[in-house]
Amino acid sequence: MSGQVHGAQHFDAKKRAELKFSDAAMETVQTIIKRYPEGKHKSAVIPILHIAQAEFDGWLSPESMDYVASILNIKPIEVFEVASFYSMFNLKPVGKCTLEVCRTSSCWLCGAEDIVKYIEKKLNIKDGETSADGMFTLKTVECLGSCGTAPMLQCGASFHENLTYDKVDKIIADYKSEGKRKSYTDLDYKNTL
Amino acid sequence: MGKKLLIHNEHVAGIHTYEVYRQMGGYASVEKAIKTMTPDQVTDEVKKSGLRGRGGAGFPTGLKWSFLAKPEGVPRYLVCNADESEPGTFKDRYLMEKIPHALIEGMITSSYALGANTSYIYIRGEYFYVARILETAIQEAYTNGWLGKNILGSNYSLDLYVQVGAGAYICGEETALLESLEGKRGNPRIKPPFPAVAGLYGAPTVVNNVETIAAVVPIVNNGGEEYAKIGVGKSTGTKLISASGHINKPGVYEIELGIPVEEFIYSEEYCGGIRNGKKLKAVVAGGSSVPILPTELILKTAKGEPRLMTYESLSDGGFITGTMLGSGGFIAMDEDTSIVKNLFTFARFYHHESCGQCSPCREGTGWMEKILKKFMNGTANEADVDLLWDIQSKIEGKTICPLGEAAAWPVAAAIRHFKQEFIDIAKSKKFVDVSHYNRLNKTKEAV
Repeated sequence: MSGQVHGAQHFDAKKRAELKFSDAAMETVQTIIKRYPEGKHKSAVIPILHIAQAEFDGWLSPESMDYVASILNIKPIEVFEVASFYSMFNLKPVGKCTLEVCRTSSCWLCGAEDIVKYIEKKLNIKDGETSADGMFTLKTVECLGSCGTAPMLQCGASFHENLTYDKVDKIIADYKSEGKRKSYTDLDYKNTL
Repeated sequence: MGKKLLIHNEHVAGIHTYEVYRQMGGYASVEKAIKTMTPDQVTDEVKKSGLRGRGGAGFPTGLKWSFLAKPEGVPRYLVCNADESEPGTFKDRYLMEKIPHALIEGMITSSYALGANTSYIYIRGEYFYVARILETAIQEAYTNGWLGKNILGSNYSLDLYVQVGAGAYICGEETALLESLEGKRGNPRIKPPFPAVAGLYGAPTVVNNVETIAAVVPIVNNGGEEYAKIGVGKSTGTKLISASGHINKPGVYEIELGIPVEEFIYSEEYCGGIRNGKKLKAVVAGGSSVPILPTELILKTAKGEPRLMTYESLSDGGFITGTMLGSGGFIAMDEDTSIVKNLFTFARFYHHESCGQCSPCREGTGWMEKILKKFMNGTANEADVDLLWDIQSKIEGKTICPLGEAAAWPVAAAIRHFKQEFIDIAKSKKFVDVSHYNRLNKTKEAV
């Protein structure tokens, strides 16, 4: 059944059998489920999908969604219909660092298009693409609530604001030298306010 | 200097911590409410204050609270809407990040008033790091006895949790938010029933914006009548304004409702005027959904009276010559700005964010983006202006939730006030975007 609900995507039963959250992640999952009244544990699906995305290579494969469904004891389709609705969930693999550049009004007014073009040229990729080394994905996104500090980009949990070309150079160099995958659930966000 | 009630302590070092917040008088409203007031008395103070929902709709908060059904043996919920996603709006993020305990305190006092024993703060997923800040603050509140069982030795108990979303503007609509909190797609519900009767898990629920809940703190501390003394007419109290765009001092400002728009834009206390010595061309005063107004109409009403930062004054003239206070997302655009291009970013946004339930919104937002794209690449003709007008006029009032209207209003207003710009592009068959040049503090040559 699981394989069918994910449409054309291949479902790898062997890969699914190998999936398992780390102990720390599993502990967080148990804490989250307790936040809701008896029988309302489906409420945990979004927080747990965030954990799954962070644990399993930055995207939600059919296998990881099936795994999340098994934890919550709900149907895989219930997980997929949620995962496919929200823009922060990746249903395809992405680079280690997704540079999400805001493109809506206030950011556009303050030069967001120049930032996007600059990154495109610097990394030799277009909006939506991943660099050849698998390090960076560029994605333009809608308003992230940084209008007063525009232009901005988000990477993992970090907001990078009041961007200039120099700042973009530094951000990219820092992430590159660190070489780590960045997730929304990271604790090492850069507080910019 | 105007009076500040919400972020007056924003520059106090360590105000994000429990100790400093408490030293500055924090949690007094919880003590006052639980020790000296009944829940209904708290609601009465909120009614007397005239507080109106700060998320955008401006519905009287006390009235909303009084609609809450209270059947025996059924839990009630307070859910804080921290899904702040309206383009141009970033005040809630600022408040939660700088002074997280202001929201926690407001949640406890408000939950007590509503008789909720479990409350949730639903925060947009992109604000993950802010959710961490809130969780830390909640932990501190538990440790110090403000949350949990028998708060301050009373019979009142409350558990408070943070729920993160995952990227969906529509979840700012209260029934979509509840769907999302139940672990589903953020599709707005058909109303009635309203959340006050059947909300979270089918139980009576109040959904309030972050700033609304934070405002309950000074209302309980000083009394509703004292709060209502600030402001003009039915616009009482203070409001957080998110100021962005081509101004010298973008940021979050707490204003007394009633100050002139002109003072807000040009005084050093607030936006500090238009940057690079440019002239102001237009303003979106209350987040992307509200009608854009040209300079002459944002500074003065059609009757020639100074426009004030109040719900009533900003909407004076209806949508023909007025706009709305909305969420307080104040976007200023200078004389070089292309109104058509700005509208394109809005149309793209609404198309991206439509949940897809209702055809007029799902299809209409797509067509509006598509037609505006023709203006962007120089293939539009004059008839497209009428077509755009026609489409927007067929969305309003025909959808389950207000996202349809929110998408249509900016299109209508841009055509109403700046039609010539559309026609000029259509006639010349080319669009030259000069408006974003020289915006960045460029230290390298443009690409």
